[in-house]
Amino acid sequence: MYVAVKGGERAIAAAHDWLAEVRRGPQEQPAIHTNAIRDQLSLAVHRVMAEGSLYDPDLAALAIKQARGDLIEAVFLIRAYRTTLPRFGASAPVDTARMQIVRRISATFKDAPSGQVLGPTYDYTHRLLDFRLMADGEVPVDGADAEPATEQVPHILSFLNRYGLIETEEACDAEPADLTRAPLELPADRALRLQALARADEGFLLGLAYSTQRGYARNHAFVGELRVGMVAVEMNIPELGLTIEIGEIELTECETVNQFKGSRTEPAQFTRGFGLTFGQTERKALSMALVDRALRWRELGEDDMGAPAQDEEFVLSHCDNIQATGFLEHIKLPHYVDFQAELELVRRLRAEVATEEAPVQEAAE
Amino acid sequence: MTRSRSDSLGLLARADAARVAALMPDLPALQALRAPEIGTVMVRGRAGGTGAAFNLGEMTVTRASVQLDCGAVGHGYVQGRSKDHALRAAAVDALLQTSAADRIEAKVLAPLAAEEKARRTALAARAAATKVEFFTLVRGEDE
Repeated sequence: MYVAVKGGERAIAAAHDWLAEVRRGPQEQPAIHTNAIRDQLSLAVHRVMAEGSLYDPDLAALAIKQARGDLIEAVFLIRAYRTTLPRFGASAPVDTARMQIVRRISATFKDAPSGQVLGPTYDYTHRLLDFRLMADGEVPVDGADAEPATEQVPHILSFLNRYGLIETEEACDAEPADLTRAPLELPADRALRLQALARADEGFLLGLAYSTQRGYARNHAFVGELRVGMVAVEMNIPELGLTIEIGEIELTECETVNQFKGSRTEPAQFTRGFGLTFGQTERKALSMALVDRALRWRELGEDDMGAPAQDEEFVLSHCDNIQATGFLEHIKLPHYVDFQAELELVRRLRAEVATEEAPVQEAAE
Repeated sequence: MTRSRSDSLGLLARADAARVAALMPDLPALQALRAPEIGTVMVRGRAGGTGAAFNLGEMTVTRASVQLDCGAVGHGYVQGRSKDHALRAAAVDALLQTSAADRIEAKVLAPLAAEEKARRTALAARAAATKVEFFTLVRGEDE
């Protein structure tokens, strides 16, 4: 239990002043503009948008600057800001088949129709530090261009689907539960699980996804398709009586193809795991897809292996880094009254033992 | 003019706020029916791309509604947090219902559409340059 304390105002004010000074760094260096953070630390910005669950690159850049680059602190700032805004409504579900492709790869189909597009990726780099970036900060930039494709790029798994080799995702427009409006209730349906996973901590999901690969509820995932690009967001506007595009956002979508032996009602076929996240956040989307698939064991009639990634209560209750850090970090705050009580308990227990042992000691002497 | 009202509003919503202001420096005489307001929209996705809808996360959106002196009413919904952007989008939407429509189309919408198209083409050209063909090699033990 936390009991309020008083006092310390002067020390707190001085600590915050010092924090502001340390955040700024030496005055002889130029301050980083939030535009530079937005454009040059874009993957950090994307992560803050994904876990902050608010798509706004400028705000995410500001939060990163204010948080001295502590991304969880930045996510915290974004979540807090979001609560101050009214919500105008919900968009129509985004159509990722109409994405303008920046990157689109498949680890299962070499000759995917419309081809594979690498996009700006760290894959196939040598992971060697580039000291030119430290010397003068500049490297020659001369990206190549080629004849642009104009056709829409279909989902690769739709081709497998044509032969009935993979489960179908039937469209359903039921109003999905929203964990920002009502507390999480278990068991959660897939829509609620996907919302929780989309805003979950990347590190937590990565660890869980890795655990499934190492054998804790292994589900043999292949990357059917990973795509990154720009997607239009449409919303119905009642005062217009029209559906209009209210913007365009960058998304990462990952579909995994997983083994499934079949059940009493279903023939052997492939199943799917799904990840969808704000920005270019591939590790997150891929982790999300693996964890989504592991959590589907019940609806697919699979066995509960007792693995952490299958445990909905465990995953959904612990994946949010703001909930987690809020509870974890609050133990840094004064708990003097609590601790005083614990201290007295320990002293009393020791005193009781000492009284009971006293005669024995006398006998031994 | 072939651009529908929803196409025009979408173009304005996706455009850069500063660019809209540059193309349309002066606002017509208008009354704000709904002062510009910053809020969010919950973006939804579908499980597996085509399945059940779920809540992905929110995005910032700013909206405004205006009425011109002639009575035309316009609404603007734009991405981000620029009140000025939303106000101009609403003003454009209202002006498109007046005799100024052709002038606004030529001065504001056509340039925005051309610039957006150029941006998208440039992105597609850059992406096309990274298109790969993978070959599977015959492995040693198969020989």
